Amino acid sequence: MKKIATRNGFGEELVELGRKNRNILVVDADIGKSCKTDKFAHELEDQHINVGIAEQNAAGVAAGLATCGKIPFVVTYAVFGSLRMCEMIRQEIAYPKLNVKIACSHGGLTPANDGASHQAIEDMGVMRTIPNMTVIMPADYYAAKELVRKIVEYEGPVFIRFTRDAIPVIYDENIKLEIGKAHIIQEGKDVALIANGDTVCLALEAAKILEGEGISAKVVDMHTIKPLDVDCVKDCIENIGKIVTSEDHNIMNGLGSAVCEVAAELGKGKVKRIGIQDQFGESAPYERLMAKNGITVEGIVAAAKALQ
Amino acid sequence: MKRTTVEELKEIAKELRKIVVTMVYEAQSGHPGGSLSAADFVTACYFREMNVDPQNPKWEDRDRFVLSKGHVCPIQYAALGKRGFFPEEVLHTLRKEGSPLQGHPNMKCPGIDIPTGSLGQGFACAVGMAIGAKMDKKAFRVFAVLGDGECQEGEIWEAAQTANKYQLDNLIVFVDDNNLQIDGTTDEVMPNLDLGEKFKAFGFEVYNIDGNDMGQIVRALDTIKMHAHDRKPKVIIGATTKGKGVSFMENVGSWHGVAPNKEQYEQAMKDLEEGID
Repeated sequence: MKKIATRNGFGEELVELGRKNRNILVVDADIGKSCKTDKFAHELEDQHINVGIAEQNAAGVAAGLATCGKIPFVVTYAVFGSLRMCEMIRQEIAYPKLNVKIACSHGGLTPANDGASHQAIEDMGVMRTIPNMTVIMPADYYAAKELVRKIVEYEGPVFIRFTRDAIPVIYDENIKLEIGKAHIIQEGKDVALIANGDTVCLALEAAKILEGEGISAKVVDMHTIKPLDVDCVKDCIENIGKIVTSEDHNIMNGLGSAVCEVAAELGKGKVKRIGIQDQFGESAPYERLMAKNGITVEGIVAAAKALQ
Repeated sequence: MKRTTVEELKEIAKELRKIVVTMVYEAQSGHPGGSLSAADFVTACYFREMNVDPQNPKWEDRDRFVLSKGHVCPIQYAALGKRGFFPEEVLHTLRKEGSPLQGHPNMKCPGIDIPTGSLGQGFACAVGMAIGAKMDKKAFRVFAVLGDGECQEGEIWEAAQTANKYQLDNLIVFVDDNNLQIDGTTDEVMPNLDLGEKFKAFGFEVYNIDGNDMGQIVRALDTIKMHAHDRKPKVIIGATTKGKGVSFMENVGSWHGVAPNKEQYEQAMKDLEEGID
């Protein structure tokens, strides 16, 4: 299977969008090359700002630009774009609901070799608790391109994270996605596998194995964890009743937690969560890091079977 | 249009100070000390220097005003109310539920260009606005008011280096240098050393003045106007007195965020009306 990092999809699409809409800006914090905004910087120089290694300031500068009618993309690694800039995002971007996009590479365990300092495992959860925020992780290269197009159309703050490392391409250029609307990849009746980001391809593999064992799995790409597609989750609970969530994020306050909140309110449904086991990563191969946390095809299959 | 004179500005500043003390007294909450120290510069901005339209607060060519030391919003609210951005009776609603005059400013209040209140952050937004003006080749300017204590925040200097890089000669910063912060003098808590020299090292054109002297403020702003296209951001280091104009508040750090009682309120209004010098 072909593999491409989703940061590439982001970088390529943003150049296209920037050519068409001159209000789209990139605010880089020195790591544009790594976050794939180098082409944008080169081709759309007048729409590019680089504030250097100063992420807090990047958030503030973007907020100021947004008040002038611009659509700034603050681009950095997810760990800095969520935690280093956290209060600036809260105070100057989310509170006034400004049209700033925080677009981050290095989501989850995907900067595998870099180790714990660069692996953002809390970012989506932290961003999810800030009012007015939209929080997204695309499942592949084409989803990244599509969701970047969609967040430009949406007026308001967005946190979107991409993978540093290459992940399988599961869609094609015709994929259509909507912010806040789950994408149902396949229907099933015995278990719902609700995944996002680089775990969607794992859920798809798991569904194939389960099918061979007589278990019919619905596979949902929940690219937006906020606003969560509550109707989709309710539908899974009402009609299937058994859910396995998976995410390249801490087990707390990400996709799994969001799904459990819906189940708790409904007072029914069984949910098993696959995710990072509330522990820091390390420098290691990506697949090893995922395996250490049980974020594997086998892990999803086992969880699904345990629910039957 | 006839420009407001220094004498007229002094009268307006006196009136705004009275409004500040009244607002904080009525709310029994708020920050009088820093509001009074910054009052003269804020007055000069809203009643002489800035190109704004109270009837159209979101006018895209307006000059921007960023109160980076957001806790002193009573002085900005007083200026906005007197300037007609909202009915003056709204000034009696500071910190009340449902009021546009929140404890720290937000954009629901007409004339507020960015929410502030968490120190160190507003300045970066002002830099973003000034870059926005340059990108669109617009002539508007951005005025930012910083506290001297606030200059202890690292983000201030991140923003300052960005202002230098992007040659923001349309950015005018006022540092309300009253030498007091909550835990003591700035020298005790965290020495700022020479703020003027620091900004100079960051590429700013520096004006050291008495920040409570209206004549000096107006002269500095006039000079800055003549240097409008020299590619350098401007900073006015205004030596000010916290609590300026109220005898028992002047240079008393504990009046940072405390409201006067009835007796103190009456004394304050008397001080402001009659002068204490």
